[in-house]
Amino acid sequence: MDVWSSLMDGFATALTPMNFLYAVIGVILGTAVGVLPGLGPAMTVALLLPVTYALEPTSAFIMFAGIYYGGMYGGSTTSILLNTPGESSSVVTAIEGNKMAKAGRAAQALATAAIGSFVAGTIGTALLAVCAPIVVKFAVSLGAPSYFAIMVLALLAVTAVLGSSRLRGFASLGLGLAIGLVGMDSVTGQRRLTFGQPLLADGLDIVVVAVAIFAVGEALWVAAHLRRTPMHIIPVGQPWMGKKDWQRSWKPWLRGTVFGFPFGALPAGGAEIPTFLSYVTEKRLTKHPEEFGKGAIEGVAGPEAANNAAAAGTLTPMLALGLPTNATAAVMLAAFTSYGIQPGPQLFASEGPLVWALIASLFIGNLLLLLINLPLAPLWAKLLQLPRPYLYAGILFFATLGAYSVNLQAFDLVILLVLGALGFMMRRFGLPVLPLILGVILGPRIEGQLRKTLQLSAGDPAGLFSEPIAVGIYVIIGLILLWPFAYKLFRRTRPARTPLVPANSGAADYSD
Amino acid sequence: MTIVVGYVPTPEGEAALAQAITEARKNNSTLVVINSSKGEAAVDNRFAQDDDIQGIEQRLATQGIQHVIKRPVRGHDAAAEVLDAAEEHKADLIVIGLRRRTPVGKLIMGSTSQRILLEADCPVLAVKAG
Repeated sequence: MDVWSSLMDGFATALTPMNFLYAVIGVILGTAVGVLPGLGPAMTVALLLPVTYALEPTSAFIMFAGIYYGGMYGGSTTSILLNTPGESSSVVTAIEGNKMAKAGRAAQALATAAIGSFVAGTIGTALLAVCAPIVVKFAVSLGAPSYFAIMVLALLAVTAVLGSSRLRGFASLGLGLAIGLVGMDSVTGQRRLTFGQPLLADGLDIVVVAVAIFAVGEALWVAAHLRRTPMHIIPVGQPWMGKKDWQRSWKPWLRGTVFGFPFGALPAGGAEIPTFLSYVTEKRLTKHPEEFGKGAIEGVAGPEAANNAAAAGTLTPMLALGLPTNATAAVMLAAFTSYGIQPGPQLFASEGPLVWALIASLFIGNLLLLLINLPLAPLWAKLLQLPRPYLYAGILFFATLGAYSVNLQAFDLVILLVLGALGFMMRRFGLPVLPLILGVILGPRIEGQLRKTLQLSAGDPAGLFSEPIAVGIYVIIGLILLWPFAYKLFRRTRPARTPLVPANSGAADYSD
Repeated sequence: MTIVVGYVPTPEGEAALAQAITEARKNNSTLVVINSSKGEAAVDNRFAQDDDIQGIEQRLATQGIQHVIKRPVRGHDAAAEVLDAAEEHKADLIVIGLRRRTPVGKLIMGSTSQRILLEADCPVLAVKAG
């Protein structure tokens, strides 16, 4: 079946009234959590995982996709109106967006962000539909050694490239891998890290881990600093753009898309780097350099397009290889597993209708977001007046309910609290949570590939280098690990450049 | 003499502040301006921002009124903060602004003014906007 007819089948599934309803719920929920700083799509999907067990997997994933894209949209609203990015990927948007809002051009900033997100999201999703099957075709020819190498690359890259401190990143990754080890060894039946506790023999449920780290950890962290000096929101009417704004926006949208998609699709892409690159490029190419730093529309249009294109790009390795590169994709991957669906290159073959319905729902979600966000932006901003104690009490309630409902075991609640405390401590000491969750999810699968490789080579470690692609990837891994040292040498020979740091990046680092 | 005024950046709050300034000039008293927030929401439009407060500071300084501006964010509601300040500064008068509330709204939200009126140990001057 070719891409086009599969996609049309996907639309047919996604547009049934029930699935369409879930798409609407997803985008509304996603926008809401994107607007609220501290809540992210990853936490929301984790919280909804247990609730959606009763649904068809297709409906659940359509909703998750809506939450994922909605979160990307919502983040820009707070960046522009409040200078507090709701998501780490909208940090760059705040630089020019908030200046525009302060200069009385909030409506135009919101409009270029929303329309740019729509354009980039749609192009990105189209690229996803085209690229993913090609990647799959390539991926099915890979053997266990190459897979192992790709997964190691993804883990190391996410840990080493994203985030401010490598040491903290690797500490977090180590914690994640250790949590992933708990339970019975699948080959020998040996019990690992179970401390004689029979309930741990099946391992920790990934849903409980995700809910604990994202929801309980975050709620405890917020509760620990509940009181902050409140801010005023910049009042805004209906978002709209004049002819001149359109002329100045459309090129940054397209350039942002070009930056965003490939970075999202790379194992260590993420949305932060392309938004930053897009900002720097627009600053260089603009015909109005005097406006940069005072609210240039290009500085909002480009990065917003880049982060939505990256969001689409991230789904390429997630669907085609089973490799998540951001927190939301990681939790969505956990959702696949909990529905009994095996992620990986075989996903397109075994669950074709589901995958194509998911991709079709991304197109639909994008359009819905545009329709919802343009007229409702001022309303979304009102959400920020919600007192946080109510919000986080609700989150803790849902987290507990969800964790209990997975296996109906009170023991899971103990795990929830212990890991929730771990999540709190990680935030306290500035450990990023993404490497941990990737470690938990990818750890067992990496182990599986490693075991397979070593069994094929009868225990000879040389088997790890038996495929040319694997060797190539190890070279890339080496470069990533050596890069900081090379960079230091480079810096020593040249004067340091002044880094560009946004004024108010808040606690956004945790959410995505 | 000391006058405590509960200020919010709304027409009612401005009216209260204007009235408090008049009273303070009349008998040369110290003015304590309270603008508080519970600090629980990211956005609180009743909490005055820095430039707003600077404006008030200037206004009071040019009129030669002795003043203290307090902006507590510690999870207490506005009534408690005003009563606290009144007690601490041994206020002789509290000035507050009243806003129009429906009986149902009052039932659900409670009333800051009512609490201040009932619990204050000194005279309370309630001002309406406009």
